[in-house]
Amino acid sequence: MIYNAKVVLPILILFVVVLTYPFWQGGTEQRPEPQKPAKAAQCVEDAAWMRANHMQLLDRWRHEVVRKQERSYTSTRGQVFEKSLVNTCLDCHQKSDFCDKCHAYASVKLVCFNCHLNPELVEP
Amino acid sequence: MKKIITPFVLVVLLGLIAWFGTAGLGLYTLFGVVLPYGAFATFIVGFTFKILSWAKSPVPFRIPTTAGQAKSLTWIKPNELESPSGAPGVLARMFLEVFFFRSLLRNSRASMVKGPRLVYVSDKSLWLAGLVFHWSFLIIFLRHYRIFAEQVPFFVPLLEAVDGFFEIVWYNEIHAVTLPGLYLTDALILVALTFLFLRRVLDTKVRFISLLQDYFPLYLILGIVITGSLMRYNLKVDVIAAKNLVQSLVHFHPDTSIQVGSIFYVHLFFVSTLAFYFPFSKLMHAGGVFMSPTRNLANNSRAKRHINPWNPTIKIRTYAEYEEDYRDKMKAVGLPLEKE
Ligand code: HEM
Repeated sequence: MIYNAKVVLPILILFVVVLTYPFWQGGTEQRPEPQKPAKAAQCVEDAAWMRANHMQLLDRWRHEVVRKQERSYTSTRGQVFEKSLVNTCLDCHQKSDFCDKCHAYASVKLVCFNCHLNPELVEP
Repeated sequence: MKKIITPFVLVVLLGLIAWFGTAGLGLYTLFGVVLPYGAFATFIVGFTFKILSWAKSPVPFRIPTTAGQAKSLTWIKPNELESPSGAPGVLARMFLEVFFFRSLLRNSRASMVKGPRLVYVSDKSLWLAGLVFHWSFLIIFLRHYRIFAEQVPFFVPLLEAVDGFFEIVWYNEIHAVTLPGLYLTDALILVALTFLFLRRVLDTKVRFISLLQDYFPLYLILGIVITGSLMRYNLKVDVIAAKNLVQSLVHFHPDTSIQVGSIFYVHLFFVSTLAFYFPFSKLMHAGGVFMSPTRNLANNSRAKRHINPWNPTIKIRTYAEYEEDYRDKMKAVGLPLEKE
């Protein structure tokens, strides 16, 4: 016999329902599809590496440019790039159909554009 | 010493198993799909059964704690929090217990001073560290809904904004160590867990009563926090792949082709272990706190009659019935009868 079933069962059921929310949330399992740029076949570094590490790379670039005035980056493939968000990254990618796709999906705030100009927003 | 070291070795082994199981043996489906499913199911079913088993235990009598004046005569001031007379007082006491661990404020520490004399002093450090640990854990868990839920729930960005408010990025010579910005709860939970561990190890009396199963969950949760933080700040994985995997799990068609970095599987294996272990361990105090008779019952023994539920139903035989049965015999020997 379950004592105080009128109190215990609703709370227990509520707990299970709340905890299993991801399982009954519905949704169509839409994965983000950032647009592949037409301009270049390859990113600065290997795409899989970039997916995990682009923030580290951008931050290193920022440090090296701002503090040491080192403006050119030689990639592991030997190519040389200008260390610049706007001139290099955003030359191929667009914030709205590239960055925002995954950043919205994973709830990661983009702080780049707190300071940087988003070229998309500049009228031609 | 053995009871302190053994669970540590155990947790390290678990971590190595998940690392080599994925990076070495390629068992991504085992660590990414099978074990998480099994652990979560065990958690839900085990937790439910445990609560039901407690709900099946009768608590026939009120267990008032003697920390406050019960409701009595009108001119004696009752203490509704310490000795509630009804539901509102009980709810207030439960609320403060569950959210602020109020009982822990009564914690004391015994020590021997010169004399020798045994003295007890109030010790609020357990309360503080316990509170910091549990709240950090809750906030971290809630922040994870950016991965668990397909549409990021409204509270996640709020928590992230507050938790990451200071945007602390610490640099060593080579690179940024806490990029993209340290979460306060990540640091706080580490400090609190370290304190809770040292409390058991440094105080002889607490060490004496601590068991292997007290250290194991501490190490396991430390393992979860360390691997989670390493993943966020240093080793870096493809978070989108991690979320895709989790979404494929919760929508019941697991995508076995996804491979995230091994640190993710170590994190997930630790969490799976915790979920699996939970219903069978002291961690069930999370559910048990709601079932504590000293916390969830009003002290109304004198106002209300509580009947022991396992009392047998006794068949009562009145004197009138007795007399009815033996009337003739009693009359024959001249015994006095109540009813002629
Ligand atoms: C008991 C539950 C858990 C705890 C206490 C925990 C703890 C943590 C901590 C402390 C971090 C560091 C960053 C942060 O605070 O957000 C973290 C990161 C992470 N956790 Fe967990 N975790 C738990 C469950 C899970 C589960 C079930 C998954 C996935 C199935 C998961 C996936 C991740 C991922 C992908 C990250 C890295 C996020 C990033 O790189 O930004 N965690 N976890």
